[in-house]
Amino acid sequence: MVASSSSVPDGAAMSGGSPAERPAILPGRGGFFGAFSDRVWRSQGFLLLLLLAPPVLWLGIIYLGSLFALLLQSFFSIDEFTGLIQYHFTLSTYGELFRPTNLDIIVRTVLMASSVTLASAILAFPVAYFAARYARGKWKALFYIGVMLPLWSSYLVKVYAWKLILAKEGILTWLFAKLHLTWLLDGWLSLPIIGGYSLSVSYTGTFLVFLYVWLPFMILPIQAALERVPGSYLEASSDLGAQPWQTFRHILFPLALPGIAAGSIFTFSLTLGDYIIPQIVGSSRLFIGQAVYTQQGTAGNIPLAAAFAVVPIIIMGFYLWMAKRMGAFNAL
Amino acid sequence: MRSDRNTRAPVSLKIAAAGGLLFMHLPILLIFAYAFTTEEKSYQWPLPGLTLKWFAVTWNRPDVWQALGLSVRVAIVSTLIAVVLGTLCAGAISRSKFFGRETISLLVILPIALPGIITGIALRSAFNLADIPYSFWTIVLGHATFCVVVVYNNAVARFRRTSGSLVEASMDLGADAFQTFRHVILPNIATALLAGGMLAFALSFDEVIVTTFTAGQQSTLPIWMLEELVRPHQRPVTNVVALVVVMVTVLPILGAYYLTRDGDQIAGHGK
Repeated sequence: MVASSSSVPDGAAMSGGSPAERPAILPGRGGFFGAFSDRVWRSQGFLLLLLLAPPVLWLGIIYLGSLFALLLQSFFSIDEFTGLIQYHFTLSTYGELFRPTNLDIIVRTVLMASSVTLASAILAFPVAYFAARYARGKWKALFYIGVMLPLWSSYLVKVYAWKLILAKEGILTWLFAKLHLTWLLDGWLSLPIIGGYSLSVSYTGTFLVFLYVWLPFMILPIQAALERVPGSYLEASSDLGAQPWQTFRHILFPLALPGIAAGSIFTFSLTLGDYIIPQIVGSSRLFIGQAVYTQQGTAGNIPLAAAFAVVPIIIMGFYLWMAKRMGAFNAL
Repeated sequence: MRSDRNTRAPVSLKIAAAGGLLFMHLPILLIFAYAFTTEEKSYQWPLPGLTLKWFAVTWNRPDVWQALGLSVRVAIVSTLIAVVLGTLCAGAISRSKFFGRETISLLVILPIALPGIITGIALRSAFNLADIPYSFWTIVLGHATFCVVVVYNNAVARFRRTSGSLVEASMDLGADAFQTFRHVILPNIATALLAGGMLAFALSFDEVIVTTFTAGQQSTLPIWMLEELVRPHQRPVTNVVALVVVMVTVLPILGAYYLTRDGDQIAGHGK
């Protein structure tokens, strides 16, 4: 460490007096920076204030302020004739959410979010389990990067890749044809709700893309939970005569549940709020995110868009509360 | 019973795990193939032929360059803001216990925990109420807000591993606050900040949901791509742009991984 010039007078003061006169506490550092340093060092509260003020002001004003503005707008309404926003308090905008068409949108989105969450938990479990229990050294690193890369790589590119895959003339149709399974694909597409003209305009397609895009968010927390399960538990279970599925049902699954709950918070919340995936791959029936987007954009009904946006916040609040009540966070 | 180290995975588990990894990677690899296709009008597979000409076509497209330029500028400025704010916040949270500590860490995580569309519409309605016109800075405001958490996560993990007595020693030995920061704290946290900054850059460079609400008429590269996705009319150029976007985001991620791989990874992402 290079001694600062401000410490020189301190040294002189120290050597000047007799041992009896020497103060127990070093004299302050000289100069503006020195005084500032002493202030920071002596009073932790002052340092804390300095550290916290910029980020808290930024997030508090820009983020919380905006959320508050959103909440405020949802209590306004729109004049049906002029299309102008009326700036006085009303609950009628929230009332509109309960119209059958809007209620449909909410139910559809929640169903989609639930099925995506369930499927991603099923797909994620083996990957997470293998990475946590069996992968060592290089394989561990490979699995880690193998999950991190898709997690972080471009969201739009991932969606785009699936547009290529699901297109009528795309690789999936070709693959089914090569395997002589075209009848299976056609049969699936002719099913009432989940089918459609091609996979890229059906709920099945939307579901697949959601599953693909959010899967890594499920793997990481499950893996973290499974890393903490001692191998001896599983050995004890099988020594005591449990079949593998019994070990899974009574040991592994309960211990992985906090991880699954944490992952499901991501998959559920992200599906609830997404408006791009159902717009690019899917039927023309709306999801909550799309409803927000069209209401504030083409329809110009910002109060209704704001009210729609409050729905995922409430659902997520309820979801988090349930997860907490079930003790899902205790192990995290 | 065999010991933990010698146990081998059942074949079915190996297949399921490998299948999961393939499911996550094959679609992205497909993008690489499509960038070379000769087909212009559809997403036909198998590819009718291979060509390099779309790279040249894309190179000469001013709109792509403009969008790329805006994206890079937004990402750089947002990353810088996020690094400063995230480090300050991490320093405060990891060094002391105080009233409201949990609230502040929740506040940092909230922008990424709530769906992006909520952040987006919240910002838009705030801009509307305050009569702020859309500009470069409205995009940056949104991006910096949700990038803070990435830097924060990395910095908190590193601060936890850095001993506070180093700082005390430095101050006791006569260094002032700035010298302590410059010579003691910064060398300790530099790689974590670099890693957090790279991830923040990747996050900002790629963001589209919040950006659609805060950009107005401006076009970042993801917005350019989104328009192509909704109404495809230049598929080959889009394929090449997608390839470039993958490369631009993958490199910072791998870089961040190498910078933090000794121990931080669990603390940073394991929840």
